[in-house]
Amino acid sequence: MVDVSIPSVKLPGNLRQLAIYLKRDKLAFCAALFLLLLIVCVLFGPLLVGEAAGKLGLRQRNLAPFSLHQGLIYVLGADTLGRPILARLIVGAQNTLSIAAAAVFFSMLVGGTLGLVAGYSERWYSHVILRLADIVMSFPSLLLALIVLYTLGPSMTNLVIVLAITRMPIFIRTARAEVLELRERMFVSAALSMGASSSRILFRHIAPLVLPTLVTIAAIDFATVILAESSLSFLGLGIQPPDFTWGAMVANGRGYLASAWWIAFWPGLAILLTTLSLNILASWARTVADPLQRWRLQSLRKAPR
Amino acid sequence: MMFGYIGRRAYHSTISVIGLLTLVFFLTRLTGDPSALYLPLDSSIEAREAFARLNGLDQPIHMQFLHYLQNLLSLDFGQSLRQNRSAIEVALEAFPATLKLAAIAIILSVILAVIVGALAAARPGSLFDRVAGLVSLAGASTPDFWIAIVGILVFAVGLGMLPTSGTGTTLHWIMPITVLMLRPFGLLVQVVRGTMISALSAPYIKTAHAKGMKRRRIIFGHALRNSLLPVITVAGDLTTGLINGAVVVETIFGWPGIGKLMIDSIIQRDFAVVQSTILVTAIAIFIVNIAIDLLYVALDPRIRY
Amino acid sequence: MTGTDTSILRIDSLTVDFLSEGDPVRAVDDVSFHVCPGETLVILGESGSGKSVSTGTVMGLIDCPPGDIVAGSLVFDGTDLSRLDEEGRRALNGRRIAMIFQDPLAYLNPVYTVGRQIAEVFESHGGSVARDEVVQLMQRVGIPEPEKRIDHYPHQFSGGQRQRVMIAMAIALKPDILIADEPTTALDVSVQAQILELLCDLQRETGMALIMITHDLEVAAAMADRIIVMNGGKVVESGKAEEVFTNPTHAYTRRLMAAVPHGGSGERKSRPQPDGDVLLQVESLSKHYMLTSGFFSPKREFKAVDDVSFVLRRGETLGIVGESGSGKSSIARMLLRLNDPTSGRALFAGEDIFQLEGKALNGFRRRVQMVFQDPFGSMNPRMNVRAIISEPLLIHRDILPRARWNDRVAELLELVGLKAEHADRHPHQFSGGQRQRIAIARALASDPELIVCDEAVSALDVSIQMQVIELLSELRQRLGLSYLFITHDLPIVREFADRVLVMQNGRVVEQNETEALFASPRHPYTKTLLSAVPKAKWMATG
Repeated sequence: MVDVSIPSVKLPGNLRQLAIYLKRDKLAFCAALFLLLLIVCVLFGPLLVGEAAGKLGLRQRNLAPFSLHQGLIYVLGADTLGRPILARLIVGAQNTLSIAAAAVFFSMLVGGTLGLVAGYSERWYSHVILRLADIVMSFPSLLLALIVLYTLGPSMTNLVIVLAITRMPIFIRTARAEVLELRERMFVSAALSMGASSSRILFRHIAPLVLPTLVTIAAIDFATVILAESSLSFLGLGIQPPDFTWGAMVANGRGYLASAWWIAFWPGLAILLTTLSLNILASWARTVADPLQRWRLQSLRKAPR
Repeated sequence: MMFGYIGRRAYHSTISVIGLLTLVFFLTRLTGDPSALYLPLDSSIEAREAFARLNGLDQPIHMQFLHYLQNLLSLDFGQSLRQNRSAIEVALEAFPATLKLAAIAIILSVILAVIVGALAAARPGSLFDRVAGLVSLAGASTPDFWIAIVGILVFAVGLGMLPTSGTGTTLHWIMPITVLMLRPFGLLVQVVRGTMISALSAPYIKTAHAKGMKRRRIIFGHALRNSLLPVITVAGDLTTGLINGAVVVETIFGWPGIGKLMIDSIIQRDFAVVQSTILVTAIAIFIVNIAIDLLYVALDPRIRY
Repeated sequence: MTGTDTSILRIDSLTVDFLSEGDPVRAVDDVSFHVCPGETLVILGESGSGKSVSTGTVMGLIDCPPGDIVAGSLVFDGTDLSRLDEEGRRALNGRRIAMIFQDPLAYLNPVYTVGRQIAEVFESHGGSVARDEVVQLMQRVGIPEPEKRIDHYPHQFSGGQRQRVMIAMAIALKPDILIADEPTTALDVSVQAQILELLCDLQRETGMALIMITHDLEVAAAMADRIIVMNGGKVVESGKAEEVFTNPTHAYTRRLMAAVPHGGSGERKSRPQPDGDVLLQVESLSKHYMLTSGFFSPKREFKAVDDVSFVLRRGETLGIVGESGSGKSSIARMLLRLNDPTSGRALFAGEDIFQLEGKALNGFRRRVQMVFQDPFGSMNPRMNVRAIISEPLLIHRDILPRARWNDRVAELLELVGLKAEHADRHPHQFSGGQRQRIAIARALASDPELIVCDEAVSALDVSIQMQVIELLSELRQRLGLSYLFITHDLPIVREFADRVLVMQNGRVVEQNETEALFASPRHPYTKTLLSAVPKAKWMATG
């Protein structure tokens, strides 16, 4: 009487399958390679070129790019103090990416938790959370960040906090919307009817299902945060010298546009390539995740006829 | 019904604005003394005290805040310390320049994005789709301050075709608007394309095919019409974000708008002006949101407030 | 009528693949059928049998890729459909071949009025149409006040009316063939009867051929002149409806036919009437909602459950029957304390459920369990079967020491007809029927006395339904369980319940012993419900 045969749901060796899809989309593949290279640079670059990045060189002042006379490190030229731009890009990458990563992480952590609570409970604090999210959301984030950073003083910590707060509403709203949907699902009713407590339902049943969405948003938001941090640094409210990020490098070069364009050009290009790669990967991931689109990345073999 | 809805919306916005103004009030008061900026370094203690008394800075901070709220109620937004006249007047004076810039940018981006996105979605995977995809991703990924600088470098410094700053002629508008448009355009193309593709696989499109409708009418009559709804929502959010861009663009191109005013006022600790600009911006954003909601009602018969 | 020369549509050895990573998936395999003018062909099959794909190919609605028509010919009135270009296809669709679908809300464009969408059919085929004509068409398909309703949007119609709008669009140009893909699956049984009747009437009027796709044996029997049965993409049986139904030859068809609950045909195993003590006594239970239709408009009170009283004895099965919106599920949710009642009492073993708090409430939750409609939805997709079944043990720590949980899970799995080694798999690795078995095992974990089944078998294919019902009735005997069995499906209730309670608009309109209720329904609504169960066509026509 029993239908015991388990239908063969073959989960493809998941990571391997993803790698195959990635290789099929050349653009996404290049983006992934670039990001990989960037990560390697961030991890090991400062060890190799950290010293060169701070080394002043009278002879190399405003050295034009694409000349190899002074060594490979000067291939992108040098700034007004004769420091090699390539080395500075690598050191700047570490600051830029770690600030963005920290901001996104805290934004996801705090915003996600607040969103879970706001979605599950209807007490007064849920309304306060939502109102706060509205306040942050309804006002241009850059202006908000400028005011706070100018008054509190620009530092690494403040920068991360401000960036995290301006991106938080997205996580709060997404988490809340997911919880609102999930808590109507039958497995929540089932757990409730078994006698499960609110915290058990929220953290054991709902949170694990919200997390993947939040991580996806965090990945997409990473690019946005890099851009926001760069704008703040460009306006002079990022981390302060001697530390620097790509945005600050663009700001430094701005005064020498007519004489040494490369000082402002390369770091901006680095920002563009990084955010572009992230966005390309995000768009690729959307295609993979959409069952109606996924076949575009599959090798379709027709039946013989 | 409609008025009730707008009333509720206005109520929420008022709370948001008051929250924001409170935040800014305390942040600015707690972190620095404006008399340090406005009086000569060697001015006597008496002179400083007189300055503080004149501007109400000698009172305890909560009294200052109460006073500020009282004045708000009687539509007195305080005096600009820098320009010595009504702060709201200063803010309102700068507003139209930003409004024109932002309105042109967002309208152009929406129109262009709908055309490009719809054409890309009509033939997914085609050459046009892939080029449009890459261009839109690049648009969304470009740091605006950098592309503005590169623009100046190429078109003003290099080719001498366009002016670097000011508002005089039509030529002055080209670069600021283009830079401001990039991000909204890029994001909107992707939204239009995505919603169009999912709309094209919606069941009601199958019905339209089963009815024997022409492909062109299915794409533009049924699919595009439905995908306009999410596009409008995103365009609304982007309008808020447009002010971010305006800050950067106005700073670089010397545009006498509200973004530049904001930065200048923050740096010069001109609190009343900062708060007035916040108020003006918040009201403008509120009006945009209401307009978006009304548009939504007009386009989606399922929504009634 | 069966002469092959007269057929208007003839499909020969149609084979359709869906391309995906690696080998293509065969959805339709060497399928042939034909249909003649004025005839109704039913394609019967369970979900995934390929029945919708084969007709989708006729309309050119399958996207290629990922769809891929491997072989076969589709000839409509002398035209080879597979060779048509876009324009040629367009000229046929809607004018000579029309289609209606399962879920009319999704298949109607939400932002256009129904009038406009009906008029589009005329406009797509070179004609213009007067408003009057659309109104008449709406009148013909039985939409009241068509002059007013023509300007309404799809979401303002009920499910049955939306399907009528779809039908109006389909018959607008008097097509030769109407393909109906599960047209009544989403509808209540009384509405279903009306729609089926409308389709028959229209067919008689216009002489069109009707291809009806369904998984519902009763609907199939009521509509079919001829029938083909599909399973796994293949046609396993075809022939005249009466022959296939009364004398199925293929093993699959036989299994399918055997699965139909033949309530009333004397097969019901008569059970001794349970005469245990009263387990659950519900008194004047009500649930009212305040509805606000707009910001300033006055609030209206909606009575979801209105003054419902009944008694359930130990060991008894009480069926609660009603259509959607009758309030039957609200009762279940209140009895499990998922929602609060507006008023009323419910005594479980003498104690009022609605007054329970804290420890007492937890004790109650151990004794009453629920099995939900959608077994997939009622289990956390992230948990494996072991975690799912042992969750009640985790919540109620005093049931069993942790060391014995694994044994208990294995025992429960075997009790519901699964294997102990299934404990490490996840819900998505099981079929619908197996998932419902897991849900039942979970419900049994805390040794409950009462199990509330809310449409517990409605989402399952018909052949699986009976297996689950059999399991439930076996457990009833072995464990002495009581059931509150909520469903919209009359034949199943007849098979399974000792007593039946019929609900309409939140009120109990009739309750009685099962046999008595089905033999002599007293309330007019019960009579309508019973007569709405479709009757076989060959019996109706002689």
